Formats: sequence, structure tokens, C-alpha cells
Amino acid sequence: MSNLIYSESSDEQQIKDYTLSVLTEDKSGLLNHITIIFTRRKINIVSLNVSVTEVPGLSRFSIVITSTRDQAEKVVKQIRKLIDVLGAFVYEDDEIYYQEIALYKVPTDIFLNGNTIENLVRNSGARILVIEKDHIVIEKTGHKEETHRLYKELEPYGLLEFVRSGRVAISKSKRKTEAFIKELEETRSNQLSIKDY
Amino acid sequence: MNTSTLSIEQKKMVEKRKMTGSEAVLQSLLEEGVETIFGYPGGAIMPIYDELYKFQDRLTHMLTRHEQGAAHAAQGFARVSGRTGVCFATSGPGATNLITGIADAQIDSTPIVCITGQVPSHLLGTDAFQETDVIGISMPVTKWNYQVTKPEEIPWAIARAFYIANSGRPGPVLIDITKDAQFGEMEYSYKKCEKIRSYHPYPILKEDKVAEAAALINEAKKPFLLIGQGVLISGAQEELKTFMEKTGIPAASTLMGLSAVPVDHPQYVGYLGMHGNYGPNIKTNECDLLIAVGMRFDDRVTGDLNKYAKQAKVIHIEIDPAEIDKNVKTDVAINADAKAALHGLIPLVEQRQHTDWIAEFKACDEKETEKVITNELFPTTDEIKMGEVIRLLSEKSEGKAIVVTDVGQHQMVTSRYYEFKDTRTNVTSGGLGTMGFALPAALGAKTGQPDKQVVAVIGDGGFQMTIQELATIFQYQIGVKVLILNNNFLGMVRQWQQLFFDKRYSSTELVNPDFQLIAQGYGIACNKVEARDDLSGAMDDFLNHEGPYLLEVVVEKEENVFPMVPSGASVSEIRLS
Repeated sequence: MSNLIYSESSDEQQIKDYTLSVLTEDKSGLLNHITIIFTRRKINIVSLNVSVTEVPGLSRFSIVITSTRDQAEKVVKQIRKLIDVLGAFVYEDDEIYYQEIALYKVPTDIFLNGNTIENLVRNSGARILVIEKDHIVIEKTGHKEETHRLYKELEPYGLLEFVRSGRVAISKSKRKTEAFIKELEETRSNQLSIKDY
Repeated sequence: MNTSTLSIEQKKMVEKRKMTGSEAVLQSLLEEGVETIFGYPGGAIMPIYDELYKFQDRLTHMLTRHEQGAAHAAQGFARVSGRTGVCFATSGPGATNLITGIADAQIDSTPIVCITGQVPSHLLGTDAFQETDVIGISMPVTKWNYQVTKPEEIPWAIARAFYIANSGRPGPVLIDITKDAQFGEMEYSYKKCEKIRSYHPYPILKEDKVAEAAALINEAKKPFLLIGQGVLISGAQEELKTFMEKTGIPAASTLMGLSAVPVDHPQYVGYLGMHGNYGPNIKTNECDLLIAVGMRFDDRVTGDLNKYAKQAKVIHIEIDPAEIDKNVKTDVAINADAKAALHGLIPLVEQRQHTDWIAEFKACDEKETEKVITNELFPTTDEIKMGEVIRLLSEKSEGKAIVVTDVGQHQMVTSRYYEFKDTRTNVTSGGLGTMGFALPAALGAKTGQPDKQVVAVIGDGGFQMTIQELATIFQYQIGVKVLILNNNFLGMVRQWQQLFFDKRYSSTELVNPDFQLIAQGYGIACNKVEARDDLSGAMDDFLNHEGPYLLEVVVEKEENVFPMVPSGASVSEIRLS
């Protein structure tokens, strides 16, 4: 049960990547509200993505931090306190499906001397996004290790530019956002539901 | 709306509902039952102040002499009444001057709604005159904040503000309203906020957790109950008393929890924390079960967390889930309102007595009395001790006054020696430790409970931080009694310098003005006591005087407050001297 606050895991103090998934109302200023929670605790955000969800008017933040489980859970509790946050959960990597996208800009002429680069692109599951006279843009989705591997392979050929997106993540649980929201809206009292302890 | 088909009366009603944003602000405050506002006008909030002129028969505005004073006054009002305090300020410096009070309210869970004026929306972000990003600045210290740029948002924002401020774990809310939104016209209607889908302030009490907690309580040999401000906020005083008396468990209070239980209750064993009583601190590390109700295990209570109650199981009753396991790992957490949790626990706990266990606390009391209290209350030297002043105040007011303390030695001495009999009578800046809090908070408290005796106990340092609020007290003739314990030092810092910095009294000695002359300048009756023989009579005059009064007592210059748990030490290492 990854989204519970308590963890009986013996490696509670082990430092690793945690993905925080935060479901919010689509309100201006919330990004600042959320990020200052990390700033105050001197926790560096490794990656951040904010996106619309399948429910109109709701946003989902996917935030990756490197920390202990204990610290990640405490941060999540603080995020849940924000008035416009509907739910916040902490996941380990094996509890989510996640991807990042990377773009690599390389000189066109490296493709002209044999098939090496073309094979590299094909074998790494990347694709060519744009071909221009002087540069070509390659796109690859995958985990950070995979996009980084292609970066290292292209680097010797004169990489012009590289960029990688924040992680986007979906939990492996069968939970449905829409069902959560319905539950919240139908709750007659102002008692806890989605943020259940 | 098409008004052509309406009768004249109906047209009048419709027209009546049309109003400016400024009027909507005041009308909305009336809808929330507000009667008093503390504030300070300025350019960006002038439309609201102008409208206020028409509302004088329904809304009392108290002009404090600094916006910080307005925020603290709203806090004092809220803390004694349980209602939401309200304050106004203009943009820029007016808004930033509120921040200390807002931060104080945040950490001490005090419901206040702050309304600030803002530059017109077309000037936002242009560094216009008196523009600051008050939403950005106040974000980390408010429970919620919102910037209104359209008049039609005002009723919604204010309804939401009051609901958020005073539900669940209370806190400060700030609404920033641009000047054009104050001037703009809108169709007014008001609906109180009762639910926000992303905000669920009252957790559902889980019966299995209550049962687990009851089982631990029934098994415990040496259970110990810690009382926090959550008991007062949830109004659980009666439930707490019933719970205590059924279980026979000894109980101690945090600084913020003082006055939740009368200090003369036979199971009340004292005050917790850095300058708390000896017994409650020592016994924390000897009990087998800690039951913490509505408190957050602040570091001033726990000392070194690695040596805090390691032998005990811990039950934590707390409405804010983020506080559970934040500092102290719990065995059973009841995430609920204190009143609901105690109500659930009472039928499940067994009737018990812990006579021998309570006697252990009494033995500690004897030690503390011998080493500290006797000397404090019955000194043999000529200099007046802070403790004897506070005990005299306690006796003469029969422990029934609302006591508002500032921050420092006098605060700790008051917490130790004032014998609180009535509930919601202890008002202090606990979490933030804001010097300058007491004078404005006391005038707010007196406004919130005009029939109660309100005494502000202040050191000579803190008094001068918001001394200008004497003018507010004078102008509105607020019957606050101001008791200054003057040792011509920033006493608590000096004590630390003595104990931990080799007596290097760096910038802590104060050369003070003549406080009597200052009081007289404000038309406030006053007296100064330097000799013990004069103290009792002066205290009578002080308490019996109609209207505001300032009593200055010159106390021992280099007195220390003991017991003391040195910062970062274990509660077991509490020092008696």
C-alpha cells in the first residue's frame, strides 16, 4: 500500500527517488504554494511536471524528490494541508508507470557518414522528429537512465542541445480520479475522505 | 437582469442588492457576525474605509497605531472568544506589517481574517507605489490566501475565508483586494461557506483507533496525559475533565494548553516544557503511556527528541494529520477533533485511580518547592521577585482574569505561578515567541470579553516593541490592566547569556524611559512599585481601577527562571538551579 502514510519498511531512512503525485484544483498560485513546502525544508525537486487530468478543472503535479521515505511522507502531509489540494500520495518507482521525454539536437552532417547514427537512433527506440539543413532533432521517451544512455552515445558526435522533461507518472493502483472526485462532491459532511489518514 | 416587468418594490430590492465591492466587503463581514475590526487605513484600502463611515452603527473599527497591533488585537479577540478576529490594512507596508501577527496566528492556530487593500489590478506587478506581492509574502504563513481583482469575487472569498479560518485546525487567512475591485459595482448576494471539496477539516473518528487507545489506557500502570491548546479550540474541557476523573490519570499542560484544566484539580500535576514544572518533565521519561491531546510535541516541550519518552507507548489525539508522527512516533494515532476523540474514549476506559503514581509527582513538587518555589514566592532579599508579583496577581484576581503575556521571563513566570481557574484565560505567543504581542493582544482580548478582567503582563523590552498601542487603549478607553515587570534587561536572553555564554551580556541591558510619564502622556492611570511593602496595595488599586491602568513593578535585575531544560537537552536533565 504505497499511498499510506505509514511504512513498516526497514529501509525507511534509505535515500532514494520518490514520486509525489498531487491532485489539485486548477488555481493560480498553487505551484508556488507547493514548491515553498520543499524550499522551506531544503529539499531539492529533481523533476516537476504539472498537467491537466481527465477531470476538467483538476491538475496533477508529478514531483520527484530524492529523500528518505520518512521525509517524503512528511512533505506529502504538508501538501495535503493546502486548501486547494484534493489528494497527495507518495510512490516508489515500482509502484508507478512513468516516463520522461528527451530531445537531442545534433548536426545533420553526422548522419552523412554511414549508418552509425541512424542505427543508434533506431536501436535505442528513439525517433527523428525534425530534419533541417543543419540540424536534426531526435526524440526519445523512457526512464532517465535510458534517455541519459542515448545522450552519452550521441555526445561524441557533437550534441548541439539536449533537454529532458519532468517525470510523468500514473499509479499502478486501480484508483480512478473521477470516482474520488465524485466521492468528495457527494460527501455531505466536511469530514475527511480522499485525504484520509 | 431584466427589471422592466418588476414592481416598484421589487425594483427597489434589486437595486438594493447592487453595491460596490467595498460595501460588499462590509456587508459580508456582517453576514459572518463580525462586530469589531482592528485596522489602519491607507491609500489602497480607502474605498473600504470610506464605506465604513456608513457602517459605524453596525461595525466598530478600532484604529490601532500599527498594523502589527491590529493583527495581534485580532488574535487576542479570537483567542478569548473563540470567534474569528478581523483586521484591515492597506497595501505594501501596511500588509507587510501584518505579517508578524499572521505568522504568530499560524503557529498558534488562531483564527483571524486579514483584509488588505492592493493597488489597482492594472498596476499589479509594475512596482507601483505601495505595491508588494502580499499573496506571495503571506503564502507560507497563512492557512489560505486569495487575491480579489473583481468585485463579484468578494462575497465568495470572504465566506470561504471565515470557513477556513475557524474550522478544523484554525489559522489566519488573508484576502487581498485590488482598489478597482473595491470601487467596482456588483450584484450582491451572500451564501455562507459550509463545504469545500478539497478541504475536509473534521476527520472522521475511527472506532478501531479509539478502541486501541482505550486498551492501552486500560493496561497502563503509569499513564500520563498531556493537554494542548487543541482541547480549548475544540471546546473539550468538560470531556477532558470527565476522562481524567474516570481514568484517574495525572495531567500536565503545555504553555498553550494552560487554562484548559483548573490548576487546583487534584490530578493536575503542572506545566510542561523548558521552564515547566519539575515533575511533569521528569515523569515524561518514567511513564509507560503518554496520551497527548491537541498538542504538537513542540521542541520546547520535548527537549532532545532522541531521549524523549522512549520507554513509553504514545497515543496522539490530533486534528491535523501533518502533526502526527512529525516529531514523536506514535503507537496509536487518533486523527480527530479532541472533543470527538475524548467523547469516543470515555465509555471505553475503565474507572481507575493512580494514587501512587500521582504521589510520585507530588514528591517532585516538594523538591521543586524547596529548591525553587519557596525562594520565588517568599524571598528573603529586598528585591521583588517576578514570581511573587504573579502569585499576588493570581490571588487578588482569584485566578479568574484573562492573562495576556508577552514573551520572555515574565511569560514563563506567569505560566508557572498564575493559577488559572477559568477556561480560555491564558493568551500568549507560544510558537512564534513574538515580543510586542501582549499589549495589542490584550486590547483585543478585552474587546472580545469586555466583562472579564484582562491583565497584560509584559517585560520592559516587549512593552516598548508595541508601546504605541497605549494610544489605542487611551482613545477607546479599553479597560486593560498593564503590568510591567521591569528588570531593565531582556531578561530571558540575559539568563541564557549567563548560563551558556559566560555572562557576556551583549546588548541585553536596557536603559528605559520613564514608563509612568509615558502612561501619563497617554492619559492612562499608573503607579510604580519598587518596595515589597507597597506591592499589595498597588495591586489592589491596579485591579480595582475603572478603565485602563499601568502598573510598573521593578523586579530583581538578574533573576533567573528555574526549573529549566537547557536547549537541546533531555527533559530528564531539567535543572533546578
